[in-house]
Amino acid sequence: MDHLLPYIPLLPLAGFLILAFAGRRLPGTVIAIIGAGSICASAAITLVLAVRFLQSPPDGGAYTQHVWQWISIGKLSVPFSLSLDALSLVFVFIITFVGALIHIYSVAFMRKDRDYARFFASMNLFVCAMLILVMADNLLLMYLGWEGVGLCSYLLIGFWYETPANSRAANKAFYITRIGDTAMAIGLFLLFKELETLNISEILSQSPAHFANDSNNITWIALLLLAGGMGKSAQLPFQTWLPDAMAGPSPVSALIHAATMVTAGVYLVARMHTVFELSPVAMTATAVVGALTLLVAGCTAVVQTDIKRILAYSTISQIGYMFLALGVGAWSAAIFHFFTHAFFKALLFLAAGVVIESLHHEHNIFKMGGLKNKMPVVFSCFLAGAAALAALPLVTAGFFSKDQILWYAWSAANGNVLLWIVALAGAFITAFYSTRLMLVVFWGEMKTQISEYPSRLMTVPLIVLAILSIVGGFIEWPHNLLHITLFSDHLQQVLPETSLKADLPPEIIFQVIAVLATFSAIWLGYYLYIKKTDLVHNWKQTPGNNAIIQFFYSGWGFDQLYHTLFVSPFLYITRINKADVIDQLYHGIARANVSMNRVLSVSQNGSLRWYVVGVLIGILFIITLQLIV
Amino acid sequence: MSFNPNTALIVASILLVLGLIGVLTRKNIIFMLLSVEIMLNAAGLAFVAAGAKWQQADGQVMFLFILAMAAAEVSVGLALVLQIYHQHKTLDVEELTELRDEHVNM
Repeated sequence: MDHLLPYIPLLPLAGFLILAFAGRRLPGTVIAIIGAGSICASAAITLVLAVRFLQSPPDGGAYTQHVWQWISIGKLSVPFSLSLDALSLVFVFIITFVGALIHIYSVAFMRKDRDYARFFASMNLFVCAMLILVMADNLLLMYLGWEGVGLCSYLLIGFWYETPANSRAANKAFYITRIGDTAMAIGLFLLFKELETLNISEILSQSPAHFANDSNNITWIALLLLAGGMGKSAQLPFQTWLPDAMAGPSPVSALIHAATMVTAGVYLVARMHTVFELSPVAMTATAVVGALTLLVAGCTAVVQTDIKRILAYSTISQIGYMFLALGVGAWSAAIFHFFTHAFFKALLFLAAGVVIESLHHEHNIFKMGGLKNKMPVVFSCFLAGAAALAALPLVTAGFFSKDQILWYAWSAANGNVLLWIVALAGAFITAFYSTRLMLVVFWGEMKTQISEYPSRLMTVPLIVLAILSIVGGFIEWPHNLLHITLFSDHLQQVLPETSLKADLPPEIIFQVIAVLATFSAIWLGYYLYIKKTDLVHNWKQTPGNNAIIQFFYSGWGFDQLYHTLFVSPFLYITRINKADVIDQLYHGIARANVSMNRVLSVSQNGSLRWYVVGVLIGILFIITLQLIV
Repeated sequence: MSFNPNTALIVASILLVLGLIGVLTRKNIIFMLLSVEIMLNAAGLAFVAAGAKWQQADGQVMFLFILAMAAAEVSVGLALVLQIYHQHKTLDVEELTELRDEHVNM
């Protein structure tokens, strides 16, 4: 089976190459077949491998395939070899399956775009880079995929490059993730300096012994890797690029948010779990970053009016949950939340794309409304997604994963009450803004007429994702209910089990509190946006409250902060150095030459008399010299 | 009366300076040309005087050369003067400053 492994990233790469070089000459149907077909084929191969993997796990817990030797200099040996173990299987599954559904949806969504081929070429390369990232068996190959993902996100966010704002958003995403990437590169250098290998399994097996008496270095390495993950996963303080990344087409947002890119950070931390476990500081940092991010992004999502920005901030906040889970050592809970989040977030973005498209590209949710009966399919799909995001108990996938994280935030060895309270507050906020989004968009009166209805190619992926958002969580039940642990059993081949504190209160209390929080948030949303709509309106009138709303709306002022801290000083320096200090030196040399030339030019005045005098003086000079010497 | 080379050299020097002053002060090209002829003759006189002092024929040979050269020079010079007059309708050197560097404002 191992020989099938390279084809998973290779097929999207082939799709990219064909579309990039011949795409302009191909008819639309062929482009769609190549673009979506390559990902579907990858998904089929993944399915075959996954079935085999689950039936009989391979020796050593991973399928590996050495493709070729990439770099070999001294002690540095970097093979181009892929490996598929329990953890990367989950990621590859999500990337190819959700990716395939998004591609099928895009076939109809992007049909009228004149850069149809360029779109699918970039999407295929995106998927290919992400697959290399998660299947790499060494960190340098992973870094290749890591950078490839960054490049493709740049290409796709700035897909409609004629609008300057879109290009700016693409640049912003590129610059900010670059900060994290640089930190990660330094982390890799440190790791190689210490262990003299970049092979992931060697790092994981050697580091406990190597770093036994050296907690300083390992903390630095873990923190640098964490910074890399935070950049890609849009965690505080690098979160500002993600809301602007909404400039791209809706399928791109779905792909970035659900299947690829932003989950790379989660994968990196989970992959290097041994390194993180060796450094309690880094673990705490991960948990705190996740907790802060989920709270900040959640509060921001509550006041946004652009449907895609609400979803963007909700992604940041959900990834915050994953980081929180990673930080407290609940490895499989984090990956499980990634698993369910991929379904419902892809669903929400694709459904939002449909809504935006059918309402003349209207993004403001307060200009929507009343779509419940007009678009029943989209409505029920969106409802499933929003319910999963709000973690509606027992019937949605989001509940099972988020409940686990809430439980571990308290009960895991690294967890504490504060993290649990923040996570609970985040859950309340999430449920509230999901309800608000749902009610404002689909209930009430219609404010914009529907211009077109989605085609079947667009609704089928929505339905599939909606079903997965409901049933996707049933493979892992809480310990006190049914006790099904298929997912964590699968992951525990790779990731360690979560260690719990002693003397814990029964889990059911936490679940009841979480459920109560969800329901009260839904009720609050219903009360404020259906029953007493004037309450919110009146509340907004007070200037003090309005200032709070503005503060949240701007994403806690991070953009302004970075503008004053980094952009303005830089612009100031460029302004005062407009004339370029170094250049002045060279200008000075040039000016000296020119002025000497002017001085000598005076002698060339065209007057014969002057020349005669010149000759005379010359002769006198020579004769005098002769007499003296 | 005995020949004194020193006297001849002094006369030659006076002639040379007179010619030089002529070249420097005259405005008309023809007069400048005449002044140059005077300077040439001053040089010829110096050669002859030197030849007389050392009793050598070389000085007189050089004078013949100068004479031939002066004849050639005058013919070429006068031809140039004619051309200058044709083209510029003037023989004033003050006016003839076409070779001046254009960037210099005199």
